[in-house]
Amino acid sequence: MSARLARHGRLIDRRKPLQFTFNGRHLHGYQGDTLASALLANGQTLVGRSFKYHRPRGIVAAGPEEPNALVGLGKGAGFEPNQRATTTELFDGLIAESQNHWPSLEFDLGAVNKAMARFFPAGFYYKTFMFPRAAWEHLFEPIVRGAAGLGRVPQEKDKDTYEYFYHTTDILIVGGGIAGLQAAEIAGKSGLRVLLIEQTPDWGGRAMVDGVQINGIGAADWVEKALARLRAMPNVILRSRMMGAGVYDHGYALGYERLSDHDPKIPGPRHRLWRIRARRIITATGAIERPLSFAGNDIPGVMLAGAVRDYLENYGVSPGELTLVVTNNDNAYLSAIALHEAGLTVPAIIDARPEATGALPQKARALGLRVETGCAIGTVHGGKRVTSVTLCNQAGSGAILDEIPCDAVAMSGGWSPVVHLWSHCGGKLRWDADQAMFRPDPARPPRGANGAGFVIAAGTANGHLAAEAVMEDAAEAAAAAVRALGAKADPAKRATARSMPEMPILPVWSMPANAGPKLRMKTWLDFQNDVKVSDVRLAAQEGYESVEHTKRYTTLGMASDQGKLSNINGLAVLADSLSRDIPQVGTTTFRPPYHPISFGAIAGEARGPLFKPLRKSPIHDWLDANGAHWEPVADWRRPYCLRRSGETVKEAVTREILNTRQNVGLLDASTLGKIIVKGPDAGRFLDMLYTNMMSSLKVGRCRYGLMCNENGFLIDDGVVVRLSDDTFLCHTTSGGSDRIHAWMEEWLQTEWWDWQVYTANVTEQFAQIGIVGPKARSVLEALGGMDVSREALPFMAFQEGQIAGIRARVYRISFSGELSYEIAVPAALGQAFWNKALAAGGDFGMQPYGTEALHVMRAEKGFIMIGDETDGTVIPQDLNLGWAISRKKDDFLGKRAQQRPHMVDPNRKQLVGLLTEDPQVVLPDAAHAVEGPKRANGMENIIGHVTSSYYSPTLGHSIAMALIKGGSRRMGETLRFPVADGVVIRAQVVDPVFLDKEGERQNV
Amino acid sequence: MLSLHCPYCGVDVDETDLTPGGEAHLVRSGSGSDDADFEAYLFMRKNPRGVHFERWRHSFGCGKWFHAARATDTLEVFGTYSAQTKEPPQDVQERIRARRPDWKGFGKGDRI
Repeated sequence: MSARLARHGRLIDRRKPLQFTFNGRHLHGYQGDTLASALLANGQTLVGRSFKYHRPRGIVAAGPEEPNALVGLGKGAGFEPNQRATTTELFDGLIAESQNHWPSLEFDLGAVNKAMARFFPAGFYYKTFMFPRAAWEHLFEPIVRGAAGLGRVPQEKDKDTYEYFYHTTDILIVGGGIAGLQAAEIAGKSGLRVLLIEQTPDWGGRAMVDGVQINGIGAADWVEKALARLRAMPNVILRSRMMGAGVYDHGYALGYERLSDHDPKIPGPRHRLWRIRARRIITATGAIERPLSFAGNDIPGVMLAGAVRDYLENYGVSPGELTLVVTNNDNAYLSAIALHEAGLTVPAIIDARPEATGALPQKARALGLRVETGCAIGTVHGGKRVTSVTLCNQAGSGAILDEIPCDAVAMSGGWSPVVHLWSHCGGKLRWDADQAMFRPDPARPPRGANGAGFVIAAGTANGHLAAEAVMEDAAEAAAAAVRALGAKADPAKRATARSMPEMPILPVWSMPANAGPKLRMKTWLDFQNDVKVSDVRLAAQEGYESVEHTKRYTTLGMASDQGKLSNINGLAVLADSLSRDIPQVGTTTFRPPYHPISFGAIAGEARGPLFKPLRKSPIHDWLDANGAHWEPVADWRRPYCLRRSGETVKEAVTREILNTRQNVGLLDASTLGKIIVKGPDAGRFLDMLYTNMMSSLKVGRCRYGLMCNENGFLIDDGVVVRLSDDTFLCHTTSGGSDRIHAWMEEWLQTEWWDWQVYTANVTEQFAQIGIVGPKARSVLEALGGMDVSREALPFMAFQEGQIAGIRARVYRISFSGELSYEIAVPAALGQAFWNKALAAGGDFGMQPYGTEALHVMRAEKGFIMIGDETDGTVIPQDLNLGWAISRKKDDFLGKRAQQRPHMVDPNRKQLVGLLTEDPQVVLPDAAHAVEGPKRANGMENIIGHVTSSYYSPTLGHSIAMALIKGGSRRMGETLRFPVADGVVIRAQVVDPVFLDKEGERQNV
Repeated sequence: MLSLHCPYCGVDVDETDLTPGGEAHLVRSGSGSDDADFEAYLFMRKNPRGVHFERWRHSFGCGKWFHAARATDTLEVFGTYSAQTKEPPQDVQERIRARRPDWKGFGKGDRI
C-alpha cells in the first residue's frame, strides 16, 4: 500500500497540513502536495475507471502525461471535470470525485465490459453498429450515448473569470528545468528580452530528483542561485505555473498561466492566456518516460519508475512497501536505489537487457538488490492492486521462472523527448536508433516569416539525456537564438553538470519478446482509451497501415492525454506488425494544446455582455425604457415591438401596424447603413456596383438600388441619394453597412484604383427617424420649418433644412407603402428630435413601432428583405426585380454571371405570393412546397420554400411569400406544404403585392 | 497565426487584424467575356504548394488592401506590396528567385 514516509519530500511543508475530500472521504495532505501525491499518501491507489472496460486504474505518472487520474474538481459553479490529479496542486478544502464508474469506484457495474473485452476489439463500433437502420434510433444510439463521454458536464455557469495577456519578446524559453534556466542565463546576458515559463510551481525540473550536481553543488542550490541571477536581470521575465500550450505560425505561442487553481482564495482571474509573439522559441521541455508493454501493466500499483522517484523525493510518498522495478535502461535503477535508501523493499530489478554493467546497476548490486538481467515480467497479478508478478525470459514467450510478491511495480521503457512544441508548427523529427527515441531534426525546424527556423530544441527535449550534455546543449541553443537576432552570446560561460553515467538502452516494445495473443490481450498501450497491443495488431492485420488511420481505428492516443505515454509504444507495435522500421511508420501529428487548457481561458473576457460588442442607436435608451421587446439585428438591438403594460407581443405588433396604417407611426431607422461616395468618378463607380443606373440620378432625388456580387447573386439593397453632383449617399441594410463599405473599398483599391472616388461610412453619424402613415405630413407640418407638401417634396425626393429647429435631411421614401418621411439628424440630436416628434404627433395618434410591424407592412406590399427573400443564391430577376436592372449599362458587378444558362432558366425559383386556403392559418417560415410523386428515396419532391410569412392585421388574413420553381407561371395554382405530423397546408399562388397594388397610399 | 507587414502602416500585423482575400492578380472578366475566361475568373483558383500571391486587407488597422508573396509550405513571406499593381514588384520577384531557385516565375508554370 502506498503511504507517506517520515522523511523525504522536498516540496511539501509538513508544518502546513491541509484537508480535502475524495469521493466524500476526508483526507489529509500537506502544503506543496499535488492531489495525486496526497491520494497516494492516503493509500488511495485506485483513482478511476478506464473508458471502455471500466477497469480499475491507478496513478501512473507524476506530471501532465498522467492518463488515469482524472477527477471532477470542486462543486456547483466551480465544478470542473477531467482534471489531472498530477497537475492539481492541493489546497485546503479541495473537493475531488472520481469518474466513469457506476454505482461506485470500488464496485462498478460497467466493469462487465471487461468480461466482454474479447467482444470489443479495435473498430468494434464501426463493425457492429451498421444494420439494421432502425436499430440505430432505438438501440445503438441510446447505448453509445449513455456510454460516451468522460466526466460530468458542469451544470452551472462558471463562476470564475479569465483574461488574455498579449506579450512580445525576443526569446521565449519553455521549460524551467536546468536546461531552461541555463538557456535563460545565456540569453539574458545578451540584453535581449527573455520570457522563461515553467508549467509547475517549482523550478529545476527533474535534476534534483535525479541527484544531479551542477558547478560542484547540488542541483537545488544551483537552481536557487540561477533564479536569483535571472531575477536581477531587468530584461528577463520568469513565470511559473505557466505552460507553453502551443506554437503557431511565425513565432506565435500560447502560454497558459494558472493563477489561482492552487489557492481559490486568490482574487482575480483564474487563468490567463498569454498570446505571445516571440522572435525565437527555445523548447526546454524535457522528456516523458515510456511504459513497458507487459500483461497487466494497467493494474493499479504499476507506475513509471521516474514517477515513483518523484513521489518519493518530492512528496515523501512511497508507492508501495514492495516495489519491483522493471526496465530496459540504467535510469530506472535510480528509482530502485532511492527506494532502497529510503528503507523500502525492492524485491527485484527485472532488466530486459542481457547484461547490466553500468555504474547504476553495479551500485544496486552492491546495495544487495536482486538484479535479473535478460528477464521480463510475464504477467502482473492483482485486481484493484498489484499482488505479484511472474518472472520470465525476455527472449521467450512467457514461461514462468518465478513469481515475486510485490504491491507496486516501477517500470521504465526509456525516455521520449517532449517534441510537441517543436512539432506543432511543422518541425520534423528524426529517429535516434541508439537512444530509441524521436528527437527534433535541427535541419528541418518550423520556419518563420524570413525563412529561418524559429524554434530551437534544447537539452533533454533535444534528445540529450545526460546532465552535462543537457547544459552544453542548452547554452548552445541560447547562443544560437541570440546570434540569430543579431546580439552577442558566449555559450562557454555556462555551468557544468555531473550525473551518474548510464549505459545504452535496449529497445523493448513487447515484454516478453514473443508474447502470445493471451498476453497481448492484457497488455495495455493506451490506458485512458483502453487500447491494447492486440488491438493495434488487429488493425494492422485488417489493413490499417498508416499510423494516422490506426490511431483513429483503435482510438490509440485519442484520449485527453493525447497519447503522451502510448504513442511511441503503439507505433512500435504497428511497425513490428507491418514488419517495417519505426521511422518508416512515423508519428501521428502533434497538435496544440500540449495539455488540455480551460475553455474559460480560451474565451477570456469574451462572455456575457462582452462576448460581442453591442451597437446602440441614439434612441436605444428611450426604447429600452418604453417597452422595447429587443431582437438582435446584426450587431444592433432593435425593438421587435414596444409593449404597453398588459399587452402581449402579438397584441403590440397588431396595434402598431393598424395605428401606422390608420394614423401615423414613428420608427427608429438609425441602424440603416449610410455610406458617402464622393468624387469625380462616383457616378461611374456606383453604376458598376448597383444593377441600375445611378449616374443618371438627379441631385435632390432618391433611387432604390440593388447590389450583386460577381456570381450575380443579390447581396444588398437600399436607397441611393444624390446629395450633389459628385456626392452620393448610399443606404444599406442594417446588417450590411460594414460589409458593403468594405465591398466598395475592395473594388476601389484593388480593381479601379485609378478612379477618383472616396467612401466614408457615416452610419453612426446620423439618427434616422421614420414618420410613417396617412397623417405623417400633418406631424411634420406641426413640427414646422420645412415645406413637405406633395409639390415641394414629392415621392423619392429629399430636402435639406431645419425641422423643429434641428438641422435635418428629409427623404420621402417608403418601406411600408404609406406616406412616409425618413428624417436624418445629427446623431447627438436624435433623441431631441424623437422627443419633439412624439410631442407633435400626439394630436395625430402617433405611436412608435418596431421591426415586426415594419416587416409585416413591407410584406403586405410585397417588398423583399435581404436575408429573407435572398439566401446567397438568388438573383434580382428571381424576385421580379428585373425593372431595377439596367439594360443600358455595358457592365456592372454580376451582369456577366446573370447571363449564365442556369440564371436565365425559366424554371428557376421565382418569388410569388401565397394565400392559405384557411385565411387564419399562417404558414411556418421556410415550409417546403412539394409536388408530384415522391422521389426514389421516399422523400417528397420539393419545388420551393416559404421566405416570409405573417398574419396581416390590415387585411385580416395570412400572407406569405415563397420562392417556387417556375413560380411566375403558376399564378392561381394551389400548392401543398406538408408541415408536421401529416398536416398539409394548402395555399394559392398569387401576386406578392397584397396591399395597394397601385401605390395610391404613398402617392398623396 | 501569421504576421504580415502592412506596407501602408509599416508595422507587422497579426493575422487576426487582417482579412484574407484569396488569390492576387486575378484579371476581371466582365460583361462580354467568353465562358472559359469567365469561369477562370470566377471559379478557378491556384492552390500551389510553394510560392503564392495573396490579397490581404488590414481590416482592423488602416483598412487598405495589400498583396503578400508567400510560401504555402514553409510560411516564408517573400514580401508584401501595394495591391495597386498588375504583377509583383521586381524586388519581390528577385527575392523569391533567390530563396526558391526552382520557381518558374510569376504567372508561369503555376496554372492549375
